[in-house]
Amino acid sequence: MPLEQKIKYENDCDKEFAKWVSSQTGGENLRHCIQCGVCSATCPLSLYMDYTPRRLINLAREGFKKEVLSSFTIWLCASCYACRVECPKEIQVTDIMYLLKRKAIEEGVFPRRFPIPVLAREFSRMIFMFGRVNETLLVTDLFLRTNWFKFLSMTGLGLNLIRTGRLSVLPDSIKRRGELRKVLEAIESDEKKEAAK
Amino acid sequence: MKYQYFPGCSLKGTGRAYEESFLAVFKALGVEISELEDWNCCGATAYMSVDETKSYALAGRNLAIAERAAEDVIAPCSACYLVLNKTMQGLKDHPELKRKVTSALKAGELDYKGTAKVRHPLDVLVNDVGLEEIKKRVKNPLTGLKLAPYYGCQVVRPFATFDDQHNPVTMDKLIATAGAECVTWPLKTRCCGGSLTGTVPEAGLRLAYIILKEAKKRGAQAIVTPCPLCQFNLDGYQDQIARKYERIDMPVLYFTQVIGLAMGLSAKELGIKRGIISAEAALAGR
Repeated sequence: MPLEQKIKYENDCDKEFAKWVSSQTGGENLRHCIQCGVCSATCPLSLYMDYTPRRLINLAREGFKKEVLSSFTIWLCASCYACRVECPKEIQVTDIMYLLKRKAIEEGVFPRRFPIPVLAREFSRMIFMFGRVNETLLVTDLFLRTNWFKFLSMTGLGLNLIRTGRLSVLPDSIKRRGELRKVLEAIESDEKKEAAK
Repeated sequence: MKYQYFPGCSLKGTGRAYEESFLAVFKALGVEISELEDWNCCGATAYMSVDETKSYALAGRNLAIAERAAEDVIAPCSACYLVLNKTMQGLKDHPELKRKVTSALKAGELDYKGTAKVRHPLDVLVNDVGLEEIKKRVKNPLTGLKLAPYYGCQVVRPFATFDDQHNPVTMDKLIATAGAECVTWPLKTRCCGGSLTGTVPEAGLRLAYIILKEAKKRGAQAIVTPCPLCQFNLDGYQDQIARKYERIDMPVLYFTQVIGLAMGLSAKELGIKRGIISAEAALAGR
């Protein structure tokens, strides 16, 4: 078994990343965390996480960029906000998970073949095209891109949805698609300008 | 009474029984509902993982359109309700974000002021229509039916002000008004698995199973929910849960279906048959 460093030294971390996290919407009061662990205790998914929410918060604010961005934790967060409501220091844990997800997608470091980043990307693409989301098409697209074999196991659910009249095959669309695109494109050009600065 | 209505993608798709029963109940109560003109997807939980400013702008477009009329907006889907309220709060708290979003909306000739009011149908039924008024219209009380009120996560957390975040009770009151019995249980707001049932089923299915198992253990004949994703997860994945854990056979109804039945509306107009796990036996057997 290869030896692995289990305890982190201060110079193993990225101070710039730590600063960046605290500067983002939702990360402002990250320093107030007292590491009580209520977030981990209340989280219904912490049993599957590589770092519990408490540990993730500590790693993020100390600047352990690689560990945080490549973790399963951020992708397992289902945004139920239980941690945020229970936190005695009002840390916005859910929003911190979101900003870390965005950074992980931006830097392309999320776990490969993990379907959630793919879902998020396809979701936003569908909105850009139609302004609305057709759940059936989204899920079909997701499985064909990530795990078409798993798609076969979903046929039972698909048939049940057809039987109960809950499956739509045609994409729903807004009328003024151009209006929505103009809004989204305005943000893109704004972001590009800022990045160029 | 008049309201604007923000359906969201689910109520037009897999959650159409929610739309059917919501519209039928509000019509029978004499509440006027008009669908928000050219609404777009709220962005749900997925868009926030891709782009923050865009996700606020996406919800901002809906809010800007809603502001053109004076009426409050009803958003029955928990994710839509949360996202629209989160956007209003976020744009209020972060002036720089608001500047970016309002200027982008201007590019689409949309004017965002932040004056819309986004409400949940639970809030409207209990606080605007009133339980007394609903009780007067109950023709067919659901006596003897045991129901588990399941709120799910996003309807009360973290932005809702109409109910308690730890122990919400508005739906309990509506179930009691319909003449049915409320099961007492601690999982009212525990996560159903959200989109993980599809993306990471080994984790998502377990979360849904925990809810179903506990409701059955407590003697519920059906689960009642105000959320289309909770309904979908708990109802749609029971075959897969049976293969992995055990068969539960628990119907999952919308609270609007329950009130509608008590008010004497037909099962057809309430979309009762759209449940994958049939509620017929539970409704007939009481």
